Amino acid sequence: MRGDPVLRVFRCNLHVHTCLSPCGDLDMHPGAIVEEAVLKGLDVIGVSDHNASENVGFVMNAARGKPLTVIPGMEVTTREEVHVLVLLEDLPTLSLLQQYVYDRLEGLNNEEVFGLQPIVTEDGDVEGFNQRLLIGATTIPLEELVEKVHGLGGLAIPAHIDRPGFGVIGQLGFVPPGVPFDALEVSWRLGIRGGREKYPELSGYPFITSSDAHFIDDIAKACTPMMLSEPTLPEIRRALKGEGGRFVMEDAC
Amino acid sequence: MTLETLVEQLDLKCKCCWEKLKAIEVNGGYAGDLLSDVMANSQAGNIWVTRQVHVNIVAVASLKEHAAIVIVQGANPEKETIERATREGIPILVSDLPEFQLVGRIYQLIGNG
Repeated sequence: MRGDPVLRVFRCNLHVHTCLSPCGDLDMHPGAIVEEAVLKGLDVIGVSDHNASENVGFVMNAARGKPLTVIPGMEVTTREEVHVLVLLEDLPTLSLLQQYVYDRLEGLNNEEVFGLQPIVTEDGDVEGFNQRLLIGATTIPLEELVEKVHGLGGLAIPAHIDRPGFGVIGQLGFVPPGVPFDALEVSWRLGIRGGREKYPELSGYPFITSSDAHFIDDIAKACTPMMLSEPTLPEIRRALKGEGGRFVMEDAC
Repeated sequence: MTLETLVEQLDLKCKCCWEKLKAIEVNGGYAGDLLSDVMANSQAGNIWVTRQVHVNIVAVASLKEHAAIVIVQGANPEKETIERATREGIPILVSDLPEFQLVGRIYQLIGNG
């Protein structure tokens, strides 16, 4: 039997938008995101646009051969208007979630009001524009989304719980007990230590913090260092659970 | 004004706790869909008008000792929401009207309490 795998610190920012999000800056194209993340020393980014995922594969392509792992994801808006960061293992699984979300998302974007939603390749070519109302809410109940994501082998993490808008606490008053969230995300302004002080009643949940970057300069504004053997979704899950020596390095946030 | 009178006047559908309608007095109202805001600003005895249907609305209404919750736009409360409301004794009412119209009509009937 071989020895235990070597664990090391991975700097993870699991919540980054691209220009596809109507509120995301147009400079947030796949190549630029990867370049900035590598420059700032991140090891892992999660790419999560609002209710959409067309740019995720291009960010993964842009990261090929670079010292950066891209975890595919999406920031889904539930019918309670709670933002949930979803992280999945691969693109085929993400496309299953995408179909489920689009079947439950009504409306068309108004570019003048909400912003452009360009689909951009790793080479910077604009492939087209997503016409859907990505800023809108789906009709998916929060608990059902978590169940769906777990059925797909993914992680469901309520985003920026400390923010008044679209955070689970702002929308629903408190974190609904008994829902098997994999972690809770606090915004970079608060940080994990700040989050622990502010929410002692949530001590049973793992916390992460992310930059929720909509602008290129914000990509490395926050990160959650994790002790992992390799930068994969199953390893991140183990770190959130504190299994096998993997853990979230909260003191460094 | 009692809840029973309000239910009759506004043609509300009662989803649970109808046996309590006669006894509960409404002293005013609050409208809101951000539950954190409702927790911070509503008062005991208020009828709470909202579009949220999540089970957390029952906890908020119970904590704030609201007279009842009215869900607008004909939206269906989740099953768990009705079960919890039944246990906690919080009447859940449903109106087909949009929030603005319903609040206007309640205000006409009871003023600000």
